[in-house]
Amino acid sequence: MSVNVSMTVNGKSLSADVEERTLLVQLLRENFRLTGTHVGCDTSQCGACVVHLDGRSVKACTVLAVQANGAQVLTIEGVASNGTLHPMQEAFRDNHGLQCGFCTPGMVMSALDLVANNPDPSEHEVREWLEGNLCRCTGYHNIVKSILAGARAMRTGA
Amino acid sequence: MNENGIGVSVRRKEDYRFLTGRGTYTDDINRPGQCHAYILRSPHASAGIERIDTAAAAKAPGVIAVYTGADMAADGVGGLPCGWQVHSRDGEPMKEPAHPPLASDRVRHVGDQVAVVIAHSHAQAKDAAALIAVNYAELPAVVAPGDAMAADAPLVWDEAPSNLCYDWVLGDEAATDAAIAGAAHVARLSLVNNRLVPNAMEPRAYIGDYDAATDQYTLYTSTQNPHVIRLLMGAYVLNLPEHKLRVVGPDVGGGFGSKIYHYAEEAIVTWAAGKLARAIKWTAERSESFMSDAHGRDHVTQVELALDKDGTFLALKVHTLANMGAYLSTFAPCVPTYLYGTLLAGCYATPAVFVNVKAVFTHTVPVDAYRGAGRPEATYLIERIVDVAADEMGIDPAELRRRNFIPADAFPYQTPVALQYDIGDYHATLDAALAAIDYTGFEARRKEAAARGKYRGIGLSTYIEACGIAPSQVVGSLGARAGLYESAQVRVHPTGSVTVFTGSHSHGQGHETTFAQLVADTLGVSYDNVSIVHGDTDKIAFGMGTYGSRSLAVGGSAIMKSLHKVIDKGKKVAAHLMEASESDIEFANGKYTVKGTDKELAFGEVALAAYVPHNYPIDEVEPGLDETSFYDPKNFTFPAGCHIAEVEIDPDTGQVEVVNFAAADDVGRVINPMIVEGQIHGGVAQGIGQALLEGCVYDPASGQLVTGSYMDYCMPRADNIARAIGVQTVTTECTHNELGVKGCGEVGAIGSPPAVMNAIVDALSALGVKHVEMPATAQRVWQTINTARSQAA
Repeated sequence: MSVNVSMTVNGKSLSADVEERTLLVQLLRENFRLTGTHVGCDTSQCGACVVHLDGRSVKACTVLAVQANGAQVLTIEGVASNGTLHPMQEAFRDNHGLQCGFCTPGMVMSALDLVANNPDPSEHEVREWLEGNLCRCTGYHNIVKSILAGARAMRTGA
Repeated sequence: MNENGIGVSVRRKEDYRFLTGRGTYTDDINRPGQCHAYILRSPHASAGIERIDTAAAAKAPGVIAVYTGADMAADGVGGLPCGWQVHSRDGEPMKEPAHPPLASDRVRHVGDQVAVVIAHSHAQAKDAAALIAVNYAELPAVVAPGDAMAADAPLVWDEAPSNLCYDWVLGDEAATDAAIAGAAHVARLSLVNNRLVPNAMEPRAYIGDYDAATDQYTLYTSTQNPHVIRLLMGAYVLNLPEHKLRVVGPDVGGGFGSKIYHYAEEAIVTWAAGKLARAIKWTAERSESFMSDAHGRDHVTQVELALDKDGTFLALKVHTLANMGAYLSTFAPCVPTYLYGTLLAGCYATPAVFVNVKAVFTHTVPVDAYRGAGRPEATYLIERIVDVAADEMGIDPAELRRRNFIPADAFPYQTPVALQYDIGDYHATLDAALAAIDYTGFEARRKEAAARGKYRGIGLSTYIEACGIAPSQVVGSLGARAGLYESAQVRVHPTGSVTVFTGSHSHGQGHETTFAQLVADTLGVSYDNVSIVHGDTDKIAFGMGTYGSRSLAVGGSAIMKSLHKVIDKGKKVAAHLMEASESDIEFANGKYTVKGTDKELAFGEVALAAYVPHNYPIDEVEPGLDETSFYDPKNFTFPAGCHIAEVEIDPDTGQVEVVNFAAADDVGRVINPMIVEGQIHGGVAQGIGQALLEGCVYDPASGQLVTGSYMDYCMPRADNIARAIGVQTVTTECTHNELGVKGCGEVGAIGSPPAVMNAIVDALSALGVKHVEMPATAQRVWQTINTARSQAA
């Protein structure tokens, strides 16, 4: 059986017919061809699939597509505007907060939710917040540095 | 100096696409008419296959085909080849059992491939696979290297008695034994190098495609070396010639060694694509990665270090059991031999070294090179036994190391275990790290921590590694079935912009940036006018790929060769255009000039002349400006350095915290300091992961993989590794490549585990603790503390 789901993704109205068991991450990647959201595990541990659902960060592997019906979804593809990186993305580039890039979309989406609720996080708070995002390349230090710098840039509008 | 040239922390060209979700990893690619494969895997560690019934699966919704090993065998598909042959001490070649992509009569580890279902969707393929009936006759299994050679151990292969793959030796056994017999002190230790799962964040993914109109196969693969996969799969497994097989390694989400090897699923999707004349995608679920990606380490070792009364090292003797797993992965045999035994001199002038390695088969996933590969295992045992000796003889660990270092004026230095180190300064990196961590102030910090109820310890590791792999003739004489050069093509376009085609493969290392810096610096062109292309056998002449920290030292050197050819050809053109003798033409900062005159031509003008050769030395040089080189290194490179860890242990919980970490690494000349620092951070995090958190566990009774997901296998996270990792580089330039570079990809993972473990033992030494095995989990450390306390009571 398939069901129709429709939602606003990165400001655009999109819809698709999917099996009930389809996960949000599968809908985004396979139906909407938004492949910036990645799948790095099958136990909701790695955070490579983090997107924003009605303004909150969620692991898109742990949400059914039907649960997102009618929702506002923001993925990594919707963060930069007109080709200009968001200050958080810019901070990752300036601080070498990424290497292979696979965990990066999830890291950025997760960081944006942190800063939305805590505009001036401490290093400790950033590290605690990233508990749900795995990275195998960077050792996390430059990711933490990037998020602190991104938060600073967002506060000052720099 | 070019503003984006050598030595500058240039921002990465790669980052924009990754940060905006526009990277193209294999699973992001979708081919027209693509269907999906699901691999049915063995639930047993060891079993005979009595019958496979695929009838129900074949009729399931959406299913296109179901294949077993018998189908592949009927098509003449070969086994996965091993790329390195090691010989035993008696001259016999290693045991090299067949490795069919799909098992037919026996399964030999949990996760062994049994059948493949191809369907219109991944879900349909997975559902149908559940309908395949396999009758298994379960057999006893052996999983630990220490158990594999027991008299009653079940055999993985009938052709390998005692589960022995090879029994290898290196060094002078008689001299080593004599030195040990006459020594004032002999330190002895047994230790385990824990089995690890590499866990690149992108799971392995492949798409096989076939164009019946041209009889052309394409494999998209998350690999570290597309040309090697084309050679191995084409020549040995599927019998496809190179001109009919294109292998593309697009953006790859981390490798750490695990994506070097040719895997069964690559051959399965490519073969099936040909059978069905359509594209077939397979992407590993993480649970599959745990039971099918090549694992790392897994050694059990006894080591003896003989010293004279002053602490001078006289001899080192090592016996190791190395787990190969159930099959020989592509480079598995060389890891515990030529990447391990040859490194056992370490940074020290130990005159006699002997090593014996027995490689054994077990009913586990194959073990192969994982970040550092052999060198972390060598470094761990050396740096632990040096600390044991220091403790037993009452010599400060830094002082004992100093007394035994190969002095900076002794290079080139021939070790007793085959390698010749070209250059290094181990005192300089030790002193830099000691200063960075305030070694002399440590005892005050230990007291302060004790006042807070914490055990604080400090641990050193002074490591060396061999990378920049490798001189082809040398590795050929050691059993490699491949050369280990690299290729580079520098294509200068008519308007002076440049595309470089490199056989190196980037999967996080930032080659698009670092290599462009080489070009910008050497040709004097803008960094923005340089593109680096890699990862496609149809675009790149040839390539051996990226592993063993070889990309810059070997791939970068190949680029430099081509750049010089470009400059030299340009000189002939410039001489003609400026009506001067070629010997009077100089090239610097992007300009050709005539010595002693003010005549000059920009590089771009010469490039244009080469493509519009109206006024051109056509009798002397061909049109165009496009040069290809192959570079075969003269020697390995030898990065070395010192890592120091400071830990605090909570005796109530056993929790170890790395409170400070100082790394001083000599990786040769640094092209992009930001990228080098990032590589070292990442390596150190993986090393701390090995020391404190990670360990792949098999149940010895059933052979089941216990740590089969991120719920069970403890990965380093942002909040459970070091509070601070201080990185600095101290440079001696490699003597045998033009750039003076050595390599930085593995030093972090090599140097850090013994530093952390030495710090833990130091912290607990007041309790009488002499050794703690990795991973030093809270549970293990708590038990160690309480056992020590109860023995003292």
